[in-house]
Amino acid sequence: MKKEDFYKNHDPLLLNALQNATVAIAGAGGLGSNCAVALARSGVGKLIICDFDRIIASNLNRQYYFADQIGLHKVEALKQTLNRINPFCEYEIHNVKLDDLLIQEIFEDADLIVEAFDAADQKQMLIETWAECFADIPIIIASGIGGFGNNETLKQKKSGKMFLIGDEVSDVTKGYLPLAPRVSVVANMQANLAIELLFDKFYKNNIKGRNRYVFAQ
Amino acid sequence: MFLLNNRPEEWSDNLSIKDLLERKNYKFKMLVIKINGKLIKKSEYLSAIIPPKAEVQVLHLMSGG
Repeated sequence: MKKEDFYKNHDPLLLNALQNATVAIAGAGGLGSNCAVALARSGVGKLIICDFDRIIASNLNRQYYFADQIGLHKVEALKQTLNRINPFCEYEIHNVKLDDLLIQEIFEDADLIVEAFDAADQKQMLIETWAECFADIPIIIASGIGGFGNNETLKQKKSGKMFLIGDEVSDVTKGYLPLAPRVSVVANMQANLAIELLFDKFYKNNIKGRNRYVFAQ
Repeated sequence: MFLLNNRPEEWSDNLSIKDLLERKNYKFKMLVIKINGKLIKKSEYLSAIIPPKAEVQVLHLMSGG
């Protein structure tokens, strides 16, 4: 496969912005694995992916892994899959449990952070570290991805450079079990927003360049 | 008065984030709270005092991912 064939259907203007970008993804579960696949297909130049878990059978109902990958570290398996999809991007993986110090070290060169943790306290730790060390780059948080149906409750909120996507209600520890459709919808909403923000950053909000992507009202 | 998630809320002297969460009965353990755009850490909920006319934002963090 040739690189130019892979990117044949990509807009050169957008692809240029994405190829020059680095996105850090904190967590490689249902959100992180699906988001990483979408960003790799889109052509983001470099993905930094962190997780400490190994794949178990119950992950396969929503996470982008395969039965023959059970037992592998998630970041190793995801890197294999991403390279099978788009070998023309760089995938930097870290098999670690992130804490504030590791985040500062590993995410230093990122243009954007995708929060893809499972536990709410981990989400909070990442947000506090981001606010202290990376507040000048955007962070895209997911909150409320459990259950099924209820498409209309999924929304995006913005507060400065912090974005939150989800329903803000369905906590998996309160019985809203996560299933593939809703988790991957949110993961892909995160990826979709990431692409938009990277485009705007690269072209410094040049309206002329962006006009072609703005849909008629 | 101050704004809580864009809705007017009664202000009182020395109102901390902790007081506000109790008043509003916010039971979720994990929240993202901003006063005038500045993130307030969980360890600062007791000491962070809401100024009059402030814009306070409270977002809920749900487990799952």
